[in-house]
Amino acid sequence: MTPENPIWALISTFGLMSLFAVGGAAAAVPEMHRIAVEVHHWMTDKQFTDAYAIAQLSPGPNVLIVTLIGYAVAGIPGALAATLAMCLPTALLAYYVSRLLNRPSKSRWPGLIQAALVPLSIGLMAASALILAQSTDRTIAAVLLTAMVAVIASVSRINPLWLLLAGGLLGFAGIV
Amino acid sequence: MPEDSAPAAQETDQVPDQPAAGAAPPGLLALFLAFARMSLAGFGGVLVFARRAIVEQHRWMNADEFNETFALCHFLPGPNIVNLSMVFGSRLRGIAGGVAAFAGLLLPPTLIMMVLAIIYARYGDLDVLRSSLAGISCAAVGLLIAVVFRMMTPLLKRTDPLALILMAGVFLAIGVLRLPLPAVLLVAIPISVGATFFLRRKVAA
Repeated sequence: MTPENPIWALISTFGLMSLFAVGGAAAAVPEMHRIAVEVHHWMTDKQFTDAYAIAQLSPGPNVLIVTLIGYAVAGIPGALAATLAMCLPTALLAYYVSRLLNRPSKSRWPGLIQAALVPLSIGLMAASALILAQSTDRTIAAVLLTAMVAVIASVSRINPLWLLLAGGLLGFAGIV
Repeated sequence: MPEDSAPAAQETDQVPDQPAAGAAPPGLLALFLAFARMSLAGFGGVLVFARRAIVEQHRWMNADEFNETFALCHFLPGPNIVNLSMVFGSRLRGIAGGVAAFAGLLLPPTLIMMVLAIIYARYGDLDVLRSSLAGISCAAVGLLIAVVFRMMTPLLKRTDPLALILMAGVFLAIGVLRLPLPAVLLVAIPISVGATFFLRRKVAA
């Protein structure tokens, strides 16, 4: 396969990205945005934030935003290639590491590395929020909606799905 | 144990209150179906549902075993819950169990996502859909901010200056300067691991 083949570009991009995705899917969003919107121009800024919204609204792991990016690049084969490239290599890595460390709690390194990664993944998730907000929150009403959801979700244990649906209704009504 | 798990039929006489260590491992189909179910229930994150199904409903692991497995998956790169499905499945049924759990977790939502992608590609320009998605996006960003805030609270309470500086540094490098992730992490991870190591040794000494 040549480097110009879009399927190969998806596999190499997301396969490599997954190995740097410490802190889960939300932490990888800025890198997905950088690659999909700024480097390869696979999607517009608006399409990317739509994809994020759809991935949040749908069931399943939030990492499946890559399915939507893959589909935008190369249809159904692209969707499958992006999903497997993002999920399979690290899952196999986790399988081999878990076999090596039969009792991970006996070593202090996993705990130490985990503690060291926590501030980094919070910083990455905050960066995700900033990048997405720059694209979605362009009106005062939109900023207010984001701020209200942030406050409600911080102080209550309401199911996030209701807040997403409320946002959709406000958008549908033309308020945001 | 669900009745539709044909390979696991011999386990139907299992006592529900038995500790996880004594339970017979579930069949591959049971693993696939259990992960498919928790994945489809998991709007906005699967972990809560995974914990409920594995520890409380099926009793395949006790709470400590689950935490240990999750901690391992959390410190490795990649989507945590996907890693967890593979590690968990393989601990119960070897690599085939890992693949069954992995496929159960990913296959149904990926199919749903592809249907949504097709709908979006065809109707994404309709005003109704555009404006609804705009509202959902705003709410989704709000949810993300709330998660960041909740994760940040323990760091703020401990007033751990190094952690806060690293957090702010990563935020600036990725969010504002838009630097590539591998480059930022290749600098930030060694600094953070090294500093955590020395700080802990100083506390212990």
